[in-house]
Amino acid sequence: MNDTIAAISTALGVGAISIIRVSGPDSIKIVNNIFKGENLNKAPTHTIHYGHIIEKTNVIDEVLVSIFKSPKTFTTEDIVEINAHGSIATTNKILELLLENGCRLAEPGEFTKRAYMNGRIDLLEAEGVMDLINAKSEKARKLAINQMDGKLSLLIRNLRQDILETLANIEVNIDYPEYEDILELTINDLKPKIDNIEKKIEELLSNSENGKIIKEGIKVAILGKPNVGKSSLLNSILNEDKAIVTDIKGTTRDYVEGSIYLNGIPLNFIDTAGIRKTEDIVEKIGVDKSIKLIEEADLILFLLNNNEKVSKEEKELIEKIKNKKHIIIVNKIDLDKNIDIDNELNPIYISTLNKKGIEEILNRIKELFNLGKLETEDLTYISNARSISILKEALKRIEDVRNGIKNNMPIDMVEIDIKEIWNLLGTIIGETYEDELINQLFSQFCLGK
Amino acid sequence: MNYDVIVVGGGHAGCEACLATSKIGHKTLLITGNIKNIADMPCNPSIGGSAKGIVVREIDALGGMMGKCADEGQIQIKMLNSAKGPAVQALRAQADKVTYPQKMYEKLKNSPNLDIKESLVEDLIVENNEIKGVILEDGTKVSSKAVILTTGTYLKADILVGSTRTRQGPHGERPSMHLSDNLEKLGFKIVRLKTGTPPRVEKNSINYEKTKLELGDDVFHTFSFDDKPNYKIEDQIPCHLVYTNENTHKIIRDNLSKASMYGGLDDIKGVGPRYCPSIEDKIVRFADKERHQLFLEPESKISNDETYGNTIYIQGFSTSMPHDIQEKMVHSLVGLENAKILKYAYAIEYDAIYPTQLKQSLETKLISGLFTAGQINGTSGYEEAACQGLIAGINASLKLKGKDPLILGRDEAYIGVLIDDLVTKGVRDPYRLLTSRAEYRLLLRHDNADLRLRKYGYEVGLINEEQYKKLNTKIDNMVKLKEYLKNNKLTPTVKTNEFLKSIGSTILKDGITLYDLLRRPEVTMDILEQVIEIPFDNEVKEQVEISIKYEGYIVKARKEADKMKDLDNKSIPEDIDYNKIHNLASEAKQKLNEVRPTSLGQALRISGVNPTDISLIMIYLKKEYHYDHK
Repeated sequence: MNDTIAAISTALGVGAISIIRVSGPDSIKIVNNIFKGENLNKAPTHTIHYGHIIEKTNVIDEVLVSIFKSPKTFTTEDIVEINAHGSIATTNKILELLLENGCRLAEPGEFTKRAYMNGRIDLLEAEGVMDLINAKSEKARKLAINQMDGKLSLLIRNLRQDILETLANIEVNIDYPEYEDILELTINDLKPKIDNIEKKIEELLSNSENGKIIKEGIKVAILGKPNVGKSSLLNSILNEDKAIVTDIKGTTRDYVEGSIYLNGIPLNFIDTAGIRKTEDIVEKIGVDKSIKLIEEADLILFLLNNNEKVSKEEKELIEKIKNKKHIIIVNKIDLDKNIDIDNELNPIYISTLNKKGIEEILNRIKELFNLGKLETEDLTYISNARSISILKEALKRIEDVRNGIKNNMPIDMVEIDIKEIWNLLGTIIGETYEDELINQLFSQFCLGK
Repeated sequence: MNYDVIVVGGGHAGCEACLATSKIGHKTLLITGNIKNIADMPCNPSIGGSAKGIVVREIDALGGMMGKCADEGQIQIKMLNSAKGPAVQALRAQADKVTYPQKMYEKLKNSPNLDIKESLVEDLIVENNEIKGVILEDGTKVSSKAVILTTGTYLKADILVGSTRTRQGPHGERPSMHLSDNLEKLGFKIVRLKTGTPPRVEKNSINYEKTKLELGDDVFHTFSFDDKPNYKIEDQIPCHLVYTNENTHKIIRDNLSKASMYGGLDDIKGVGPRYCPSIEDKIVRFADKERHQLFLEPESKISNDETYGNTIYIQGFSTSMPHDIQEKMVHSLVGLENAKILKYAYAIEYDAIYPTQLKQSLETKLISGLFTAGQINGTSGYEEAACQGLIAGINASLKLKGKDPLILGRDEAYIGVLIDDLVTKGVRDPYRLLTSRAEYRLLLRHDNADLRLRKYGYEVGLINEEQYKKLNTKIDNMVKLKEYLKNNKLTPTVKTNEFLKSIGSTILKDGITLYDLLRRPEVTMDILEQVIEIPFDNEVKEQVEISIKYEGYIVKARKEADKMKDLDNKSIPEDIDYNKIHNLASEAKQKLNEVRPTSLGQALRISGVNPTDISLIMIYLKKEYHYDHK
């Protein structure tokens, strides 16, 4: 049998309450050892009990204890949750007592892992729970909840079912070649089906980028020559009354200079080698290194000086950021206009000195990332790296399918790659049975001799 | 009486089994209920078909006889899926129901170590979970070191027609009444299965002008790797195609409750095959279909044969309706308005052993030395039966010699796929092989069965030196041809480029090897031969061409297969206690205990066992047994 694990389930800090969760075969017995109140060993499942946590005779805290008995629990094991008062000291003390009485400190995510291992939730759902725990914003939380509910699993299941029907048709043509009342699926029939599968995978992938944004926020880099007003711009944005400035630092791997929430999505301004230090980033670190920064960022704010002509380096960089989400900003409109910029670049003219045009920048960001839509839409996005890489692999296989068609390969060869796409999608939700195909064959077609 | 091996049942499984053991040199006894029915084809008059045709090639490669008898007994032969890729092509012959069994019986009679006895086996002699022989219906004991049960549909067989149930086997033969009870007493889990067969009508009572002609191929084919074709293409006998119509469907719908399966009988336990539904099933389940195809297949060209000489089999029209309704149904078909039914359709219910009780060798887990093969294991089809009989025979022999069994991988043979499916997944309905069941069908082709399997046939003693030498010459020539293609170039002459243009290919600027040229989709070996001589025989050219044309796909399939093989090579000790593995899902635990897989690969193929369970087993094996399954 498994051992019994315990952990503090609420964020450590001073809150109204904190919850300590215990899971495993001995969870009720162990909690009962440190509980003064009724006998928890005799308590029915899914009940709450008032009492005190005690160490020998000392009362540590006044608590509510919830009893959930196997198997209808999150991990399918016996679970006890202790609702304690929120101080760090008492919560820690209760945890210590549990560990002294035979619990092991749970590893991060171990409850979810047990739920998955015990077959309570599938792989995607497990990842959904993990994301829920790590959710940084309300939106990320909703996204995680959707994934946990299996909404995403359903999307993938539906796509797999579409593919399965195509596979079954090809296979039935192979196994029952003389059945003329079964449509012979030809390479020409296959093309639109493949386009459709590709479209759906691409949709999942482009949604997955949204998923990533909701979860991790948008990484913004401000680029520009020295004294063009990078730090002034940053300060103006951070000080814009509509923006809520957060103090999250180090939430991403990069050093975040400052963050605001825009429509509930974090905008994280990454430190472009010290924007605040008003050094000439382009000249100092060179164009090549600027490019690396450009690659890391989700959004580039490229700042130009209204008073000066666009330099060769700046032109070069504008070229480089063409394929990324970017906004060209012309600062210092309070000075004379000497800039010679192509209006097709759709620049925003601002003055950090007079705080003009800042709101326009924020609106442009909302437009670029469709933040209005994100807010209202059903949040069913793929948001973890594993699933995204599998989807990308599936897209590669679509290319293989197309090559097969181009090279006049017989349909049963082309099908090999389609089957692989179906298998890959199955691994996202953790299921791949060949039997499914056989069952589909017999339910979709009238066969027999 | 004392034998090395006793084979019980003279159907397709039994024939291959006793031929294998006797040919290898074991004193073998075949016990059959009626010698006249040896190698009989009680259902459809054809051998081969999609996937099944490849199995017949595999049987031949291993040294079995089905392919050779089918070649001698065929009355029409076709390559199915010839417009598709090489991986899915398969032969199907209309087989003569008189000649085929005759040829097989001749082989049995000529086999030196084989005795044949007419009797029914009612019990097994078992001591300490080891087989010692069989007891016949008259009480006679026959002892042996191994027994292979190939009883087909004869265990407690019931023929079902309308509302009548008659305890008998096909052709009104006596069924075996006590063997399945005695197997149950020994601890076997017995299941009840069902199958059916359509009516046969008199050859001359059909108006063929109202039917569509179905001819055989106009190129030669043989199942066997050894024999040359010995038939005249124009001597092939055609089949004919007709359709059901609204009237047929109305008759069936109006009388549905009279069919055994739809209320005619209320005590049916047997599960019928999904791939071979009755016409009632088709009309109920696919109500929107306006018509169904029916093939009229001649059963024999020996027209003076009492049983089969004059009959046409209506493929697709299997039913369990009472006789009077069958008359109406048949007469509703265009072309068969005046057809005379010579044999009515029936369904048959029979006992089978639940196949997860078998090892991959087809030896039962319960009783050492007892093997089972064919329909008793829950399969359906002559080819599925024959290949199991062959493998059971080979493995009984290997066991007597104290050697490891021959277990074919899923990437080596359809036979391997079939047996692995049976013993790993069990059966719900009678099991039929389908191309879709093979994960790596590109490796399991019709054309390369000899390259895949002949070596095993040679090792066990079913393939002789001469046959083996022929194989090795073929392999050598394939290597030589590849070199030839790599060493010979076409140069960009005006003539060459004109030729390339004429076949829609890109013209040359530099010289190109024949090998690279063949990689172009539009260039085939045949086309190439129009400009340059390729001095190798057709079989060799075919192999090399496939390996060049489909190289990318073959490499991919091989890679996938190796991944699976990797897991298949991770063995699970026989004494593992799944109850001791933490967190194993209870469904997985139950299935694992039932199947007792021998490898992690096999475990993963059990439905209800998922990758997480495999990881848990792996961790457990590492901890408890110090297995390092990386």
